[in-house]
Amino acid sequence: MSTLKPNLFLFGIILILVVLVSTVEETWQIKFVPLWTDILIYVLMVAVLLFGIQARHKEHLRAPWRHVVQRPLAMSALVVLAFYVVVGLMDSIHFRQMLEKQPGQTETQYSGEVVSLFDVLVTPIRVQHEKSYSAPFAAFLYSKETIETAEGQVRDYPRLLYGGRHLKNPAEDRIPNLVMGIFLSFVFTVLIFLVVSAALILLVARRHKASFADTMTAISTGNTRIPFRAMLMTFGVICFFVVVGIMLADKYHLLGTDKVGNDVLYLSLKSIRTGLVIGTLTTLIMLPFAILLGIMAGHYRGWIDDVIQYIYTTLNSIPGVLLIAAAILSLQVYMAINPQMFDTVTERADLRLLFLCLILGITSWTGLCRLLRAETFKISQLDYIDAATAFGTGHFKTMIRHILPNVMHIVLIAVVLDFSGLVLAEAVLSYVGVGVDPTTISWGNMINSARMEMAREPVVWWSLTAAFLFMFTLVLAANLFSDAVRDAFDPRITRSK
Amino acid sequence: MLAYIIRRVLYAVPILIGVNLITFALFFVVNKPDDMARMQLGQKHVQQEDIDKWKQARGYDKPLFYNKEATEGHVFTDTVFFTKSVSLFMLDFGNADDGRNITRDISQRMWPSLAIAVPVFIVSLLLNITFALIIAFFRASYVDYMGVVICVILMSVSSLFYIIGGQFLISKLLHLVPISGYSADIDTATKFLILPIIIGIIGGIGAGTRWYRTIFLEEINKDYVRTARAKGLSERLVLFKHVLKNALVPILTGVVAVIPLLFMGSLILESFFGIPGLGSYTIDAIRSQDFAIVRAMVFLGSLLYIIGLILTDISYTIVDPRIRLGGRQ
Repeated sequence: MSTLKPNLFLFGIILILVVLVSTVEETWQIKFVPLWTDILIYVLMVAVLLFGIQARHKEHLRAPWRHVVQRPLAMSALVVLAFYVVVGLMDSIHFRQMLEKQPGQTETQYSGEVVSLFDVLVTPIRVQHEKSYSAPFAAFLYSKETIETAEGQVRDYPRLLYGGRHLKNPAEDRIPNLVMGIFLSFVFTVLIFLVVSAALILLVARRHKASFADTMTAISTGNTRIPFRAMLMTFGVICFFVVVGIMLADKYHLLGTDKVGNDVLYLSLKSIRTGLVIGTLTTLIMLPFAILLGIMAGHYRGWIDDVIQYIYTTLNSIPGVLLIAAAILSLQVYMAINPQMFDTVTERADLRLLFLCLILGITSWTGLCRLLRAETFKISQLDYIDAATAFGTGHFKTMIRHILPNVMHIVLIAVVLDFSGLVLAEAVLSYVGVGVDPTTISWGNMINSARMEMAREPVVWWSLTAAFLFMFTLVLAANLFSDAVRDAFDPRITRSK
Repeated sequence: MLAYIIRRVLYAVPILIGVNLITFALFFVVNKPDDMARMQLGQKHVQQEDIDKWKQARGYDKPLFYNKEATEGHVFTDTVFFTKSVSLFMLDFGNADDGRNITRDISQRMWPSLAIAVPVFIVSLLLNITFALIIAFFRASYVDYMGVVICVILMSVSSLFYIIGGQFLISKLLHLVPISGYSADIDTATKFLILPIIIGIIGGIGAGTRWYRTIFLEEINKDYVRTARAKGLSERLVLFKHVLKNALVPILTGVVAVIPLLFMGSLILESFFGIPGLGSYTIDAIRSQDFAIVRAMVFLGSLLYIIGLILTDISYTIVDPRIRLGGRQ
């Protein structure tokens, strides 16, 4: 009976998913195209959720998290991270839209272009291409062109196709129109902020059985255990940017356009998914190896330890960038020789992204493996392991049940600390030419294609600035959050209480 | 001591063989030499003769592991794997795709790389330790907190932006030094090298300072420090005399491991500043898909890393007499 239950449960979930997918496909006339990275991202999401639900009931796991949630900086960083994750998750549902049926056509046909849910939400900035460079909020192109007018040919800055299209006389109307738009966005932000704050205060008040007024004072003076005030402030700032985007992004190019006229805001937002995939999936791929080999080396010792040490010393001795370069070069040759393996460009780019995660994982698991080996060494000398052995517990069970839970804090710290480094590594690798596929939108590719723009006269600064700001925000938030996690989970760090 | 060093060196041999196996698998087994040739010569309309000629010029025209047609005793030696591996171990890297000798290129390009890597290494080591000591001295205070936050902010900026920003500010706006270039002449070389060196230092300050800070803080919590304080020594004396001296063990060993790798140069610094070192050499090879050079650099990098490991072990035994030479008993 007990083995039947989870099977039934799993079966039920799969059934519900299948029904859901087919209903959604029917209603919106789309066809889902699950990419490998999409699937893995959602598997990771589910795993994190399950882990969270389990950890709720275990005091020794809750205690360190309680330290994390009390730090204002870490929690503000978490709000920022949440924004990035939401964008990344929306960008990880891919599908093909149904084409309009021609008269007399019976078969349904789907567009060859794979788009994501996020793409559909931001359709205006995805499809509004200009001819070339245009500055943020501009209504004219950045360089002069020959324009045909009634009086003949003039050399002037041509109007943009989309940016400021609604303005009759851009030279005069643009600034008042922008000020009005931003002011309205501010008003809306304040409204949303008030509603969200009120909802939060209500929730907290009900939970602590306190009055609304008392809770409001506590939050606004920063006297709550969880730093709600800092979190709300961060939320407000993000909210303002999002509202400005919603209000103005279809009328202006908020961050300008790049050389071929793509909206820079769109590129920056699409890069979020690439960054998140590299930061998380790399760790996901390397974790099983690092954990298994590290614990085995520390537990069995002897020749198994020697072999595992040999493997990671060898892999570690190859400079990371070069190993990645060698692997990616080989992959490029392989893909060039076998083009029939990939249906769409998106799928090929996605497979290369996954392969990049894999190879990055191979170069980065050794550090964690060494740490786990050392810690297992220490733990397996403790009495309770001897006791387990005396009771006849097998090696495998000892490792899974008795050693693994006691080294999990090292794994968690490694995972959160690695994330930001991997996001930064993507940019460098793409610059070198061994990063993500050139067709994949990523901060590295943005920087790579814009690196000569600072040398232009006049300077085109917005692509690089946008890539910098989006990347810096994500990496800084990840660093601040991972610092807090490390402080809370690392027993070597003595906390001043 | 000598016996120990010899044992360490012998231990490095299987690792190098492993590295060689991995690179060989990546470059020759995943993609047959034929595929490489086709890639290099252009996808379509390649005659088999051209491919054969390309392979012969590089010595790829033999079987990979086992040569059936070779005479007795040469079935394993007359193969791509054997000949290429032996020449790698002899540090003979063969010719690049443009016909230049890789070994000679490397010995020439080593010097510009060192001209940047050595100053960056020394100055940032001193700067980072100084900053970390200051932060550790004011630990658990406002200075410590701000110091760590600044370090985290510095760490969160991609190295690409340090370079792009530095070039834009110093070279383009202020016209202090040329944007990129290199000269072998010492007097003019300074003008080209100063900016990459400064950027290299700034780029590493955040991570470096934080790393040394943790080392110092770990040391500060140890018993002997408490004893030193208990006998009435001032905090300054404790920190600069006792803690610094003992922290030198982890610092030194970390530093020694990196020294041989300085030869490899910095990939993106050299590439952005147009310095003809080994870093830009590698990048150019990757971009033009020159497999011979990439393979040579992989092997060289691993060799230097292993030398670093051996040096680390030796320096450990020198600075910390508690560590036995015999290793595991």
